[in-house]
Amino acid sequence: MTASSFDVDALLDSAEIIVCCGAGGVGKTTTAAALALRAAERGRRVCVLTIDPARRLAQSMGLTELDNTPRPVVGLTGDGTLDAMMLDMKRTFDDIVVAHADPQRAEQILNNPFYVSLSSSFAGTQEYMAMEKLGQLKAQARWDLIVVDTPPSRSALDFLDAPQRLGRFLDGRMIRLLLAPAKAGGRAYMKVFTVGLSMFTNVLTRILGTQALRDLSLFVSSLESMFGGFRDRAEHTYRLLKEPGTSFVVVAVPERDALREAAYFVERLSSERMPLATVVLNRMHRSAAPGVSPQRALAAAEALEDEGDDPLTAAVLRVHAERMLTADRDQRMAKRFSGAHPQVPLVEVAAQAQDVHDLDGLRAIGTELASGEQASAPLAG
Amino acid sequence: MKLHIVSGKGGTGKTTVAAALALALAREGRNILLTEVEGRQGIAQLFDTPPLPYEERRVATGLGGDGAGSPGSGSPGSPNAGSGGSVYALAVDPEAALIEYLEMFYNLRRAGAALNKLGAIDFATTIAPGLRDVLLTGKVMEAATRERRGGGRIYDAVVLDAPPTGRIARFLNVNSEVAGLARMGPVRQQADSVMNLIRSRKTAVHLVTLLEEMPVQETTDAVTELSDVNLPVGAVIVNMVREPLLPADRLAQIAAGDIDTGALATGLKRAGLEVTDVQLAALAGEAADHAERVLLEQRERTLLQQLGTPLVELPLLAGPDLAGLYELAGTLQKAGLG
Repeated sequence: MTASSFDVDALLDSAEIIVCCGAGGVGKTTTAAALALRAAERGRRVCVLTIDPARRLAQSMGLTELDNTPRPVVGLTGDGTLDAMMLDMKRTFDDIVVAHADPQRAEQILNNPFYVSLSSSFAGTQEYMAMEKLGQLKAQARWDLIVVDTPPSRSALDFLDAPQRLGRFLDGRMIRLLLAPAKAGGRAYMKVFTVGLSMFTNVLTRILGTQALRDLSLFVSSLESMFGGFRDRAEHTYRLLKEPGTSFVVVAVPERDALREAAYFVERLSSERMPLATVVLNRMHRSAAPGVSPQRALAAAEALEDEGDDPLTAAVLRVHAERMLTADRDQRMAKRFSGAHPQVPLVEVAAQAQDVHDLDGLRAIGTELASGEQASAPLAG
Repeated sequence: MKLHIVSGKGGTGKTTVAAALALALAREGRNILLTEVEGRQGIAQLFDTPPLPYEERRVATGLGGDGAGSPGSGSPGSPNAGSGGSVYALAVDPEAALIEYLEMFYNLRRAGAALNKLGAIDFATTIAPGLRDVLLTGKVMEAATRERRGGGRIYDAVVLDAPPTGRIARFLNVNSEVAGLARMGPVRQQADSVMNLIRSRKTAVHLVTLLEEMPVQETTDAVTELSDVNLPVGAVIVNMVREPLLPADRLAQIAAGDIDTGALATGLKRAGLEVTDVQLAALAGEAADHAERVLLEQRERTLLQQLGTPLVELPLLAGPDLAGLYELAGTLQKAGLG
């Protein structure tokens, strides 16, 4: 079964937001950067938001510091522009606090130990802040296209859930419970929880100690007074992801775990009615000499090794056989995926001998993404 | 009792290595606990069992002392299971750990369940991620130090499939994470005793990597971060190492594309292979790619050797299956990690 074809350039010319997601270590950042560069060189004004780029890739885009501001990438061809930025999670969070609270209150929050823990931890906050930053960049209306790289989550799905989860917490029932002592009396629904509430504070006090509980209540009440609608923010960004100009690109490699994550994500996007543009399969091995089967190559290598006077040719044959077997395995993984998801376009990118760390390398990947090469890679046989 | 903490960049196979290490340690009747804390059910997938509950389950029989594997040799505990010990597995879940914690120390199981219903535990562990990490590491420590009736530890070693290298120092350095939140009280005490165990000579943090640029960079960073907070780095385990196929003294030349295609064609012909010019160029190109990759791997290996930690290399397996896991376990045992 061949996957349906996909026109990457058409996507790059029309999309307003492209979200790259997938398991950790599959080349999301490189794919995001390559897509952004190609769109820019096709004439659009593009911003790429990266989360945790490899040092040399970041340098190639002129990202020498994590300063949370989009900076122009130099060395492009054509009329378009490319800005790149690295997400500073804590600073993004701090900025929201400063923007929404008077200086004294802001100071109080920024120094609260619970705030420090929440804003600098990796779990959930990073996903939320990536979405928050996306919303901010979008609101600036400076770019035709924003390409977002997603955090290296435990699971690719965290990226979709974390913003809402955090928003819900900061605006939810638990917060009201913590704030409740003052206003619990009148409300019917609070009555149900009155018992739970005293037990809750009781338990927290016993576990954390009174000081910690005081810090927690203080943190929660300052947050509440600051923005009652934290959830609205999260939901607003979530809606942004459902708008017609948004497309998702799921990135994977032909390995079991990465493809399983990709499959989850594809199914989740479909159930959330979020538009999946394509799956990008990085690190696909191919051979340009598919006519020489691995069996023949190995037999010939053995024959030469028996003679013993041309070890180099024998070695070259073994390299080829290994490449063919790997290509065959990669193709089988890709086919298994597209067999289970026949409606999902699949774009393949060949395995690179070295990591990409310059614009030329990104450009080459962009060209390959756009060439629509897929399932045409030779099968060993 | 020894606590082996296994971390690594995503995609390096840290769960596989953690499982292989558990098998290697489980020789001669020893009991090993293999734990995961990220809710991924990676252990169940590796051992091809249903998802693990919050409960220790025996998943495999370990290696004998000679490094000989016994995959599939009957069910664990059966008479022909060989001389290997047992590997138990546990998927630690922060909510279940908190409820258990409340019950153990305060007899507050019902309170815990009620709070859980309110979303309080999810809330508390989300708003204070340091708390969640204390609960996770605290549970691992509880299992690690648990004693049987009449004395003696239940587990001879515990292997923790830990969060990835990017988070590992923060995850393990629970003390400073919690210090700001709770200056005293039981959580603080729990954090302190976790730190005592992790900083002790009973603990080693192993880092899994590949001979590729980014994983090696992350490993180097992690070694620095761990040392900075006085956490003990054990071995660096290089996973999925492939045999170099080309002669070592010709690598630079071949990588540069300097290969005598005439001689190659002659050699192929002698071996009975007629190839077209296109195929000949393709074979030379593949050799150049291979040489380039091997040279890169050598550079990355040198970087790892400079770290000054023990280095263990594991071969690339044909596929992730149980037999392969035992093979890796054998290699780890021979390297002195079992």
